[in-house]
Amino acid sequence: MTATTDFSLAELCIVAASKAFADDGEVLATGIGVIPRLAASLAMKTTNPDLMMTDSEAWLLSEPNPLGKRADDFVPATESWMGFSRIFDNVWSGKRHAMLGPTQIDRFGQSNTSALGGTYEKPKVMMLGARGFPGNSISHPNSFFVPAHNTRVFMEGECDFVSSIGYNPARLPKGRSLDDVDIRMIVTDLCVMDFKGPDHQVRLVSLHPGVSADEVQANTGYPVYVEGDVPTTAAPTQAQLDIIAALDPHNLRAQQIKDNPPGLRAATADA
Amino acid sequence: MDKRMTAADVVATLRSGMTIGIGGWGPRRKPMALVREILRSDLQDLTLVSYGGADVGMLCAAGKVKKLVFAFVSLDFIPLEPHFRAARQAGAIEVMELDEGMLLLGLRAAAWGLPFIPTEVGLGTDIISKNPAIKLIDSPYDDREWVAMPALKLDASLLHVDRADARGVCQIAGPDHYLDDWFARAADATYVSCDELVETSYFHDPAQARLVFWERAATTGVVPVAGGAHPTSCAPLYGFDVPHFKTYAASAKEEGGIRGYLDEYLGASEDEYQQNVGGLDAIRAIQLPTY
Repeated sequence: MTATTDFSLAELCIVAASKAFADDGEVLATGIGVIPRLAASLAMKTTNPDLMMTDSEAWLLSEPNPLGKRADDFVPATESWMGFSRIFDNVWSGKRHAMLGPTQIDRFGQSNTSALGGTYEKPKVMMLGARGFPGNSISHPNSFFVPAHNTRVFMEGECDFVSSIGYNPARLPKGRSLDDVDIRMIVTDLCVMDFKGPDHQVRLVSLHPGVSADEVQANTGYPVYVEGDVPTTAAPTQAQLDIIAALDPHNLRAQQIKDNPPGLRAATADA
Repeated sequence: MDKRMTAADVVATLRSGMTIGIGGWGPRRKPMALVREILRSDLQDLTLVSYGGADVGMLCAAGKVKKLVFAFVSLDFIPLEPHFRAARQAGAIEVMELDEGMLLLGLRAAAWGLPFIPTEVGLGTDIISKNPAIKLIDSPYDDREWVAMPALKLDASLLHVDRADARGVCQIAGPDHYLDDWFARAADATYVSCDELVETSYFHDPAQARLVFWERAATTGVVPVAGGAHPTSCAPLYGFDVPHFKTYAASAKEEGGIRGYLDEYLGASEDEYQQNVGGLDAIRAIQLPTY
């Protein structure tokens, strides 16, 4: 397997995010959104064939479905019914790993999908609601994908509404440990992070090509733990790119990060 | 027993101030003909319990809603439901915001006659801190605290299914019945609109009977309305109406809000509504979505 230099930032992120599922064993991998879904699908096709996956509607598949409109004669590899009520049975069993894209992620790893600004009774911006985030966050491992790493997402202070439990000692339920919370990985357009810094502090795991730790810190509203020399996020192999292309024949991945930049940053005027 | 009713009969049984559950999920298999009949009525101050889509958005925009019990309101391909957002951002409705699974547990508790069901879901989040009505309890078996998700008792549930017989045997032939069975069981009265009214003998085929998710004693009334889920989907019969939803969503930005949308489409009856949106054949021709 040889690395290539011709890949997009979206493809780099898909490959980086797929690593989140590599050692999960036999769990339901749920990627919400194009890049997380492709990441989970890539993991199922390569590093972890034991993963389970839904068709995003009501069935479990033995093989991930390609994204978008499929040919009329396409036959999905259905293996079981998996309607919403059964999804909750799976969630509460813990045999699931979800990768999601919340609007805010604070220094505790708490996330917000519901409301911004104003008061709770009259928010300035109402979004989706808490959805399944509270249950996901306390029941099974979760990872995040953030297509635009900035201080609005990684904001100072605490989330305006806390949809998912994180490593916040002030909100720790009685009889539980912060180690019960399992936020695995954050993949952004700049880097990969986790919460394995001191006292569950967010930690830089790898930097995408051409990105500096200073740039990550400048775009994060709280201190990022940096340990020694931070490696560069691994470039996709041609084999991985081929699988991604087959899973995403309509190239929806090109619309996920603003301007669909290349994975290797072009030299800029002031570089 | 003949449980057939009209949508107007159903709405005549409802009262302002009631707690009403609405089945389906987001833009999928919502009892929209029944929702439209509420829009034509004088009902107000409703408490809605829903995995919400345009059912919630329309009723909020029309001023019918006092309180919403929800985990999300979304049209899926339009992630943020604009009329629901407008109602929240105006501070126009009270809310009980829940996790999706907590809503299910609340329906189950109501269905089973329990005051609550213990769960860990919600711990450590604002679901607990913003809902003083949801209590934490100690366990008699361990030293942890747990959420006591209260029963969500419903005065009535409104559901839409593919087929039903006059006695209230209801079939959902699409791939997911969502949580409709729990809405049916959690309510004092369950009114079900159906795309097709069938003879009871239809269910003598076990393959058809397998797609019945609650027994007829949990069905109060059956309302035959072909196309009654429009603009939401009723798989496998028809998908959701993307252009119609776009028009509906755009009305949130217009002066007068939803009024222009309702003036153009709602009509005085479901027949008028269907004429206004191009007729039943057009509804039945809407392609199923690809997920």
